[in-house]
Amino acid sequence: MTPPPPPPPRTISEKILSAKSGGNAFAGDVVVCDVDLVLGTDASAPMAIAYFDRMGGTRVHDASRVVFALDHYAPPSSPATKGFHDQVRAFAKKHGVRVFEVGEGISHQIAVERGLAHPGMLVVGADSHTVTCGAVNAFATGVGSSDLAAAMLTGQLWFRVPQTVRVMFDGSRPPGVSAKDVALTLVSALGADGAEYHALEFTGPAARDFSLDDRLVLSNLAVEAGAKAAVWHPDAVLAAHVARFASDQGEPVFPDEDARYVRELEIDVASVVPTVALPHAPDNVVPIAQAPDTPIHMVFLGTCTAGRVADYHEALAVLERGGGKLANGVQLVVTPASSDVERQLAADGTLVKLARMGATITMPGCGACCGTSGVIPGDGMNVISTANRNFKARMGNATASIYLASPAACAAAALTGRITDPRSVA
Amino acid sequence: MKHHRGRARRLGDDINTDYIIASTRKKETLDENILKQYLLEAVDPAFAATVRAGDVLVAGKNFGCGSAMEVAATVVLAAGVPVVLARSFARSFYRNAINNGLLPIECDTSDIVEGDTIALSIDASGTTIVNERTGRRETRAPLGGIAGDILAAGGLVPYLQREGRFVR
Repeated sequence: MTPPPPPPPRTISEKILSAKSGGNAFAGDVVVCDVDLVLGTDASAPMAIAYFDRMGGTRVHDASRVVFALDHYAPPSSPATKGFHDQVRAFAKKHGVRVFEVGEGISHQIAVERGLAHPGMLVVGADSHTVTCGAVNAFATGVGSSDLAAAMLTGQLWFRVPQTVRVMFDGSRPPGVSAKDVALTLVSALGADGAEYHALEFTGPAARDFSLDDRLVLSNLAVEAGAKAAVWHPDAVLAAHVARFASDQGEPVFPDEDARYVRELEIDVASVVPTVALPHAPDNVVPIAQAPDTPIHMVFLGTCTAGRVADYHEALAVLERGGGKLANGVQLVVTPASSDVERQLAADGTLVKLARMGATITMPGCGACCGTSGVIPGDGMNVISTANRNFKARMGNATASIYLASPAACAAAALTGRITDPRSVA
Repeated sequence: MKHHRGRARRLGDDINTDYIIASTRKKETLDENILKQYLLEAVDPAFAATVRAGDVLVAGKNFGCGSAMEVAATVVLAAGVPVVLARSFARSFYRNAINNGLLPIECDTSDIVEGDTIALSIDASGTTIVNERTGRRETRAPLGGIAGDILAAGGLVPYLQREGRFVR
């Protein structure tokens, strides 16, 4: 008897969506998949609970696969947001869903650092930055509240299998250039819709130089180019991350050698320079040297893009190198992405050093990123931020202007009160 | 055959969901009938007051990019807008629209200006879009698969009430 012919070569996305739908799925196919991990937040779960009820839901299909994080309103900034929290807690208690409480951190950050998201998993989250979990080789994508409700109710969601853009990193990263610069360069190269309906795969000779924290930055920002998922190839960096968790869950998924890509994009990391995204679009990226002397009134270090330990170390190194004195009138706001990050920064002295410089340190969570909690910029203020979105009014004030940059560049601006190339800080 | 005839409300490229409805508005309420007074306020604070039932939003590329927040779809419907035409949509908005019975139509919108009258005919063979000012007509294939079934059911709630699960 002759063995059946092997299936045609597949990308990582095609392989994961095949495995989760129980068939051979290729780009363009519509599949119904079992979802491994479902993330909801205080910003999306309340509406999902309403959909769940209207769908006739009486029980969650598999509560062990569902997690809520109270991250957008941390701490609650109004009676209404407190009400959302209580609503989410009540639903979670009734259905046995795990809740990460106010101050524990951002949903997808928690999913990665607590080992809930594993290689090869299908992760859906009612938060567009769920793509961040692609750093651990998961197919992770953002959905709305109704899809979150459907995933809770049925354990499944439908997907159109995306085509994949393969992003190849080559060259070594110059000193003073951070993962955020590479990510902004990528978004700029793709454009705001350059990866629309597509998945990204990250690989190439220089991929091994990207730490897991770096990978989270790249996967996170990929959605600003429209990416449906942003998955890193498995390697030793992933293996070292996975080894931290005593778990037999998840199998790394490699693409087949002859998998078909819709596009190949090479990024020569050696040519990346410190960058800044100008108001009011994340793909409005220029080298920082082209935006000098723009006055800055508020500096925001945090978010799911760059609110992790390595990011604060990067910022602190620049602040200390420049003498540690904030420019007159500059407000420095620090919001760790999670309580784990906060604990590590407290233990290694980073937080106290930042506080002594005059930083306002707020509860872990989404913070000031989307104006839902934390510090709202004043009228006409210029903000430089490690976040991912600089849409007009994004931080809660339509007259403020938001610039996106690396932790190092944000730190440099905190020292000088204007947009500054971090490499110039001596 | 379903028909709709409405006034075009012209928007540009890359209209993100925070522009459709600000995150800071929905932290006070999720009630789309309240939120609709802030529809597209970051683009034009006066916009919401000028929306009439039956208006058609017309955009360029990448409509609904950014946050996946679903109020960005429900607030459009609550304002009386049943259809959005765009050269392309961000995928999360596209799904949210279909799940709530808001019709997203991908088509060439380049000749449509503010105030044009758009006539739509929708049947099993496809959707025809006519700009009555220019006479330009475009026919798009019907939305197939599960997305088409969800839209035909009137949204994800009635679809799952009927089917109980996703049926491919």
